Amino acid sequence: MSILEVENLSVSFKQYTDGFKEINHKVISSLSVTLEAGEILAVVGASGSGKSLLAHAILGILPRNASISGTIKYKGVELTAARLATLRGKELALVPQSVNFLDPLMRVGSQVRTASNSEDVVSAQRKVFERYHLGKEVESMYPFQLSGGMARRTLLSTAMVSGAKVIIADEPTPGLDPIVIKEALSNFREFADKGCAVMLITHDIESALQITDKIAVFYAGTTVEIASVKDFVGKGEAIRHPYTKALWRALPQNEFISIPGSQPHPSSLPPGCLFAPRCEIATPECEQAPPDMRELRDGMVRCIHAT
Amino acid sequence: MQLEAKDVGFRYGDGPWLFQRVNVMLEPGEIVGITGPSGRGKTTFCRILAGFESPVEGTVHVNGAPLPKSGYHPVQMVLQHPEKATNPRWKMHKVLNEGYQPDKELLDLLGIEQEWLTRWPHELSGGELQRFCVARALGPNTRFLIADEMTTMLDANTQAQIWHAIMSIAKQREMGILVVTHESKLMQRLCHRVIDFNEFD
Repeated sequence: MSILEVENLSVSFKQYTDGFKEINHKVISSLSVTLEAGEILAVVGASGSGKSLLAHAILGILPRNASISGTIKYKGVELTAARLATLRGKELALVPQSVNFLDPLMRVGSQVRTASNSEDVVSAQRKVFERYHLGKEVESMYPFQLSGGMARRTLLSTAMVSGAKVIIADEPTPGLDPIVIKEALSNFREFADKGCAVMLITHDIESALQITDKIAVFYAGTTVEIASVKDFVGKGEAIRHPYTKALWRALPQNEFISIPGSQPHPSSLPPGCLFAPRCEIATPECEQAPPDMRELRDGMVRCIHAT
Repeated sequence: MQLEAKDVGFRYGDGPWLFQRVNVMLEPGEIVGITGPSGRGKTTFCRILAGFESPVEGTVHVNGAPLPKSGYHPVQMVLQHPEKATNPRWKMHKVLNEGYQPDKELLDLLGIEQEWLTRWPHELSGGELQRFCVARALGPNTRFLIADEMTTMLDANTQAQIWHAIMSIAKQREMGILVVTHESKLMQRLCHRVIDFNEFD
């Protein structure tokens, strides 16, 4: 059963330049992903491709100048602002990307306790800290006293302690050492196996491959491919989209070669395929109109040339 | 010219020692990795090398002399979070040219586009911002570069782009690089040797 469905989501930001001139930046366009119960979906892609915005859109915490179209459903029913308000922090939890999300004036132990929905918040917090190798002295520390990795483990703790059904983890692993990463990821796996679901936003493809079921690849605010984990082997022959192939080849354990350029800014998106300007196999046809997402070999791809 | 940390130790006030007796020697053109669990003081050690922090005990020498107190610092550091290392009230051209004027060749090598220079930091993605942080650290007098989880936040393609640019500059200028990362595959790809921070107390 689909626990979370995002259909045709678009997000744009209203900005004012030169006084009263209003412009709309479309940062996410026609994006669809579904998250099944018992599943971990990895969302990978370039930084600035809209991965975090998707997380914030689902949880309804985008800034006020953002406007959304499309639908987001939780357990088959549309997630309205009112419904979100009752579910957020109870059934839906976020592991935020930035360590700036911690309250700088509150001891981290207390912060984690406010996130817990259990009867005995203190022991719940201690249990989760122990799990993430945070010593007893850490609970009375303030965020500025933590190292980058400790702060990240604190953020993880707040989500794990909440008892949520769906966790949206926005880059939970950078800066953590391999032992803690392994612990956190196997925790997610366990969590999903209980019938819950995790959306793991990451660029660490290697870790994602170890625990996730499928991978959604983002580029310039939309999904270019949804693939099964088992497609990511060898030289990436089974991968469908040229951008996904480029990402795979750029990994240090693979070829470590990059393609030139960077993804287009929302203010100057190309009219056709968003990846066409950097694509090796682009043809004039690609610049005509944005390609639709289509099914291909048990996956989805947004490319007219993919085979 | 060598960068040498000798018996370096650090602690906050009277607190427990974060680390002691750290000895690291970096030769020109040498690329050395540092690995170890989070919270053991890897970043603090980097800050000491780059002159942002003074060691509580031990010494840091460049070319046999203590780190200079003024003027251009020969050891430059690039941090993990570029959005925290750029002035939000400066446009990118000001951020870029604060220390020196990078030439077009360097900007091209790092993939910095002219159009970005008139933007504010918040109008760029992390990967784009980090290219600026790298460019401004690569002044003509930079002898050693400290990359503290420099590409951790970036996607694989941007990571490969930035590292290829840095490696070619390092080779050309005989610059030494200290790489702090938890990604062992990246470490193997880049470094001549790796120091385990666990070996120090």
